[in-house]
Amino acid sequence: MTAERVLRRGHDSAVLRLSEAEAAEIGNDPDTPVDDERVLLNMGPSHPSTHGVLRLMLEMEGETVLRSKPVVGYLHTGMEKQAEQLTYLQGPTNVTRMDYAAPLFSELAFSLATEKLLEIEVPERATWIRMLMCELNRMSSHLLFMATNGMDLGAVGMMIYGWREREEVLRFFEMVTGLRMNHNYIRPGGVAADLPDGWEDEVIRLLDITAPRLDEYDVLMTGQPIWRERLQGVGVLNSDEALALSATGPLLRSTGYAWDLRRHEAYLAYDEIDFDVIVGTYGDCYDRYAIRLNEIRESMKIVRQIIDKMPAGDYRVQDKKVTPPPRVRIDESMEALIHHFKIFTEGYKVPVGEAYASVESPRGELGVYIVSDGTSTPYRMHVRGPSFINLQTMPHLMKDGLIADGVAIISSVDPIMGEVDR
Amino acid sequence: MVSDEETTADETADEETPAQNVDAEPTVDTDDDRSAAPSAERYGAIVTDVQGSAAPSAGRESVLHTDAEGYLEVASAAQADGFDQLIDLTAVDYLAFAAPRGLPQGHDEERFEVVTALINHESGERIRIRVQVSADEPALPSVFDLWPGSEALEREVFDMFGIEFGDHPDMSRILMPEDWIGFPLRKDYAVGSIPVQFKAASNIR
Repeated sequence: MTAERVLRRGHDSAVLRLSEAEAAEIGNDPDTPVDDERVLLNMGPSHPSTHGVLRLMLEMEGETVLRSKPVVGYLHTGMEKQAEQLTYLQGPTNVTRMDYAAPLFSELAFSLATEKLLEIEVPERATWIRMLMCELNRMSSHLLFMATNGMDLGAVGMMIYGWREREEVLRFFEMVTGLRMNHNYIRPGGVAADLPDGWEDEVIRLLDITAPRLDEYDVLMTGQPIWRERLQGVGVLNSDEALALSATGPLLRSTGYAWDLRRHEAYLAYDEIDFDVIVGTYGDCYDRYAIRLNEIRESMKIVRQIIDKMPAGDYRVQDKKVTPPPRVRIDESMEALIHHFKIFTEGYKVPVGEAYASVESPRGELGVYIVSDGTSTPYRMHVRGPSFINLQTMPHLMKDGLIADGVAIISSVDPIMGEVDR
Repeated sequence: MVSDEETTADETADEETPAQNVDAEPTVDTDDDRSAAPSAERYGAIVTDVQGSAAPSAGRESVLHTDAEGYLEVASAAQADGFDQLIDLTAVDYLAFAAPRGLPQGHDEERFEVVTALINHESGERIRIRVQVSADEPALPSVFDLWPGSEALEREVFDMFGIEFGDHPDMSRILMPEDWIGFPLRKDYAVGSIPVQFKAASNIR
């Protein structure tokens, strides 16, 4: 195995390195002959299969894709700049809007990085609640992938089924956090609220509904000859190439490379949980589909263990510096009211330093790098978005394939544009 | 980060020596000046430990300090030593930073700092290379030939901070429009200074 092809720079590279201005000039100069065989084609930014606002500049010869360039930035709203104006308490509200299919992971990475700087340890129950919510979120994110991947490949019914199952998870999120998405639930110091009464029954009901439906997916897609024809051998990447391109998550694991931060850098309490890291063999679209489907099953396994092991105790750290007083205290104590007001207006000061924390999001390694200058807002906050970095593999996966396979490839990389553009 | 109290970790991170011992060591400005104590150096760069790192990753994460001239050499030495993946590459503009920066003493502070995070999957170790980049000449060599995954990240740093990566295959903006003027994540780039495209309503009563 070699990563030679991803290191190429010139015309034999899969990446089309062409600016807008240069592309607009093609054919304008009468002295330069135009290559009639090759066409530059724009796909997106508004295209049903581009998952939001991804635009691809494709160099085509007939129906074959030669070189391509993902053009991003349509959703860029300067969230990293924004983070410099927001306090650490407001931080999760900001980052949760990045990967909107898996918002809890961004909140978790942000909180872990802040906690590293604060040097606080969150209570055990908070850790386990975080783990529960994140695994459920992994399920909902992968279910969304099942839906959109099915839709992109013509299994339109699958879109409704995937959405239906995801909604069950989101209903539980709404019960716990008050919101279906953009929860702002995981915060530095713990979580925003304890799990409501009867959460176990609700989660078990959810798992019992989902398990047989995943088996239905197997009937509808996994074993289907048409499904296999569309995906097997399409968009192949080997381990060396995936590593060289900084790819993580299902994209890296599909090449047979077992690397999962939950296992290899066990954060939260993943070292107390029994689960398998799902890997593929061929690094094609089919492997990436199968990995995500089986990761839903692994997440369900993890969630069942969490239900059994959920410890009692506090859901947030009892450190007055970072934790607002309980709501009932505000009515009876002036000091509590002032304390509450101070924390929510000024925020709390975080010691000088820098910290990087990463978690295994459904799309790969999601890292947050925070530089603190000792004030209550981060001096700099950077998010290592796995979608953004995994997008670099796309030209290599699409090279010399058909444009119809391109749709399958975009889908199987599973980029969330909110995280790409930030 | 408190530079005076900073500790340095050796490669195995088994023992820590106070930074004061390292003060006399030369920084990695010139190629021939690499004779510092091995416990405080790695790939020719000064090593410090990560402050406030949580227990699971403690000792498996360290920070290397270098400058634009030493950067490529440190990076290639790290790759040769098994750091097989570039995890992250970003920059920080320290223009308005009032607190101590946590750099080893004697190491020149510059306005920009490019932070390259690498991982060694074999040993599970992570390193962060903090590279000082001057404001007068915001440029660094690209690590594309070592890890082609740096392409988009270096473009993002160029787009947001105006740091140019020499020998990069496509040094262009990535998130902002191609004809954008200014570098948004610089500290002297104000928030909200962009003229709004909407015109005032003509029929205000």
